[in-house]
Amino acid sequence: MSGPSTYEPKSGLTRWLDKRLPIIRLAHDSFVAYPTPRNLNYWWTFGAMLSLCLVVQIVSGIVLAMHYIPHVDHAFASVQRIDRDVPYGWLIQNIHSVGASMFFLAVYIHMFRGLYYGSYKAPREVLWILGCIIYALMVVTGFLGYTLPWGQMSFWGATVITNILGAVPFIGESIQVWIRGGGSIDQPTLNRFFSLHYLLPFVIAGVVALHVWALHESGQNNPTGVEVKSKADTVAFTPYATAKDLFATTLFLILFATFVFYMPNALGHADNYIPANPLQTPPEIVPEWYLLPFYAVLRAIDFNIGPIDSKLGGVIAMFASIGVLFVLPWLDTSKVRSMRYRPIARQFFLIFVVVCLALGWCGGQNPGKILLPATFSATLNWVEGGQVATQAIEAPGESQFDETAAATRASLTQGGAAMVMIQRLNATDASVTSVSGGAAQSRTVTAATQDELEAEIQHLKDEVGARTPFFSVARNIPFTFTVTTFSQILTLYYFLFFLVILPILGLRETPGRVPDTIAKPVTA
Amino acid sequence: MAEAKPNDAHGAQDATRRDFIFIAAGSAGAVGAAATIWPFVAQMNPAADTRAMSTTEVDLSAIVLGQQIKVMWQGKPVFVRHRTPAEIAAAQRDDYATLKDPQHDAERIAQENGEAGKPEWLILQANCTHLGCVPTFVEGSSFGGWFCPCHGSDYDTSGRIRRGPAPTNLPPAPYLFVNDTTIRIG
Repeated sequence: MSGPSTYEPKSGLTRWLDKRLPIIRLAHDSFVAYPTPRNLNYWWTFGAMLSLCLVVQIVSGIVLAMHYIPHVDHAFASVQRIDRDVPYGWLIQNIHSVGASMFFLAVYIHMFRGLYYGSYKAPREVLWILGCIIYALMVVTGFLGYTLPWGQMSFWGATVITNILGAVPFIGESIQVWIRGGGSIDQPTLNRFFSLHYLLPFVIAGVVALHVWALHESGQNNPTGVEVKSKADTVAFTPYATAKDLFATTLFLILFATFVFYMPNALGHADNYIPANPLQTPPEIVPEWYLLPFYAVLRAIDFNIGPIDSKLGGVIAMFASIGVLFVLPWLDTSKVRSMRYRPIARQFFLIFVVVCLALGWCGGQNPGKILLPATFSATLNWVEGGQVATQAIEAPGESQFDETAAATRASLTQGGAAMVMIQRLNATDASVTSVSGGAAQSRTVTAATQDELEAEIQHLKDEVGARTPFFSVARNIPFTFTVTTFSQILTLYYFLFFLVILPILGLRETPGRVPDTIAKPVTA
Repeated sequence: MAEAKPNDAHGAQDATRRDFIFIAAGSAGAVGAAATIWPFVAQMNPAADTRAMSTTEVDLSAIVLGQQIKVMWQGKPVFVRHRTPAEIAAAQRDDYATLKDPQHDAERIAQENGEAGKPEWLILQANCTHLGCVPTFVEGSSFGGWFCPCHGSDYDTSGRIRRGPAPTNLPPAPYLFVNDTTIRIG
C-alpha cells in the first residue's frame, strides 16, 4: 500500500549506494515516507516499545552472559556476583529481569489492542499469526530465562513445567527425559536452557522482521477498522507516528526505570533468592506474573474428561488457550473490524479482559482456598458407660468378608448392641467391638474448612476420651466455591469467548454506523 | 513432463526415467537430512555419565526405627523410611480401605526382582505424583504419612494417596537388598 518509492538520493555517495544496496531507500520507505492512518491512537504505540524491549533484552542479556556461569554449583552465586561485584552488574541484571516483565506488559496491551480493533481480520491473518508465534516464543524464552538464576522458584518451576510434559500419552516420559537430559532437572537441563535462552531472542528478532514485513504489506489497521482509501486518510510515518511513538515510549521508559531503580524485585518471587534445593519444595510454586493466567487454566482442569485424566486435560487446556489465538481470524465472523462499532461485542470484550486479569489472580492463589464461606459439619455419636465387648471374626474367604461383617453387625445389633465397630485387620480377619446399654450421646461440630473440621472432631474425641470405646462420625462436606471453581468458570468464559461468542455474535449483531473513510469523521 | 507426448515412445521413456531420478534423488536427500538431524536431536538424551549415576547404595543400619532419610537417585529424591510397627499395622489395615489407587502394602515394599521386601523398610520416590513437589512426613497427619505442601495431597504410611489432587500413589523406587543392611536403588 506504500506505493512507488519517493526516495531520491541527494549526494553522489547515496546515489552510488542506492544502485548497489538500496538500504537507505528501504529505511526511508519503511520509516519516513511510509503512510500511516491519520487516526492512530496511543494503543498503536506499543509496537515501538516492543521493538525497544527486544533490543534491551538482547543487549543486557549478552552482557549478563559474559558473567553468568551455567553450572548448578555456580549459577546462583554468579548471579549474586553480577548483582554485587560486577561494575554496574546490579543495573544490567535489574534491567534484564524487569525488562522481561515490561516486555510482557507491553505485549499483552498490544494483543488486547489487536483483539479490540479486529487487527487479526483479513487481510492481516498472517500478520496476526506471526504475532502469535512471537508471543509463544517469548513465553518459552521467559520460562527458560527464569530457570537460569537457579533459585528455588527457578528449580521447582522448571520441575513442574517439565512434569506437565510427562502428561502427554505414550511419549510424555521420553519427551520429559529428552528435555531434561536426565531423570530430573539437573546440570544438563541448566546448560541447555542457557543455550536456548541465548538463541531464542534472535529467532524472535527474525519473526519480528517478518511481522513488520507483513505489516507493511497489508498496512496498519486503525481505530475505525476502515481501510485506507485515499491520501487524505494518511499522514507520513515521520514525523507523525515517530513523534507519537517516541513520546509514548518515554512514558513507558519512566515506568521501566521506576521498577529498575526503586523496586527491582517487586515483580519476582522472594523464594528465588534461596538457592535451588532438590530435596526441599518451597511452600508454593508459582510462575512469573505474566504466565499466571495460563497456570490457572492448567490447574482449573482438576477432573477427568472421559479417557483424558485431569493432568493431561489441564495441559491440553493450557496449550489450547494459546493455540486458539492462532485460529482467531477464522473464528470471528463479523464483517466489522473495530469493536468501536460493535456495541455488544464490546461488552463481551470488556468481560474478557476482566476474565484474563482474574485468571492471573487465580494463578497466584492456593487452588484449594475457599472463596465463599461454607459450613463443614460432622455429627459424632457415641455411647457412654455401656458394656463393651470385643470379639474376632474371620470370613471364609476374602470375597465373603463384607457379608460376614454385615451378618456380625446385624446379629450384634439384634442382640441389643447400641453401636458396633468392625476393624478389618487383613483379607479375612477383623476385630469387632460392640457396646450395649449406657447413654447414647450425640454432638455436631462445625467449621469453615475441612482441616478445621478434622481438628474440631479430634478435639471433641479428646474431650470425651476414655468414656467411650469408639465414635461414629458422619461428615457433611458441602460444595465449596474455591479458587479452582472460580478458575473453571473463568476458563469456560475464555474459551466461550473465542469459540462461541465471536463466531455467533459476528452473524447476529447489528453493528453501529461505520464511517465511509478514515478521514471523514476527522475532516468533516 | 510437459514435452513428453503419450505416443512418442522415446519421450515417454525419458519422462519416466526423469521422474525416477527426481524421486530417487528426493528420497536420498530426505533420508540424508533425517540422518543428519537425528544426532542433533538425540544429543539431548541423558549422556552416558548421567546414566551411569543411575544406582545409589544406602546403608540401612544408620537409620533408626521411625526415622526416614532422603537420598538422591538419578537426581531425584527417594524416601527410605524405617517404619514403626504401628505404621506397618496401619499400612496393612488400610489395604482394605477405600483407596483412590488401590494397592496392597506388600506390593509396595516388594523388591525390584519381585521378591518380598521387609515391612519395616519402605523405599519410595519422593516426588508428589501431582506436580512433583516433595511431600513432608507429618507425625499425626490425617493418614499418618506424608503431606504435600504444594497442593495438599495426603499420603498414608504406605505412601498411598488418600486425599488431595495427586492421581496416584507415590511410586516405590526399584531396589534390591544387597545384604541385610544395604539396599541398592536402581
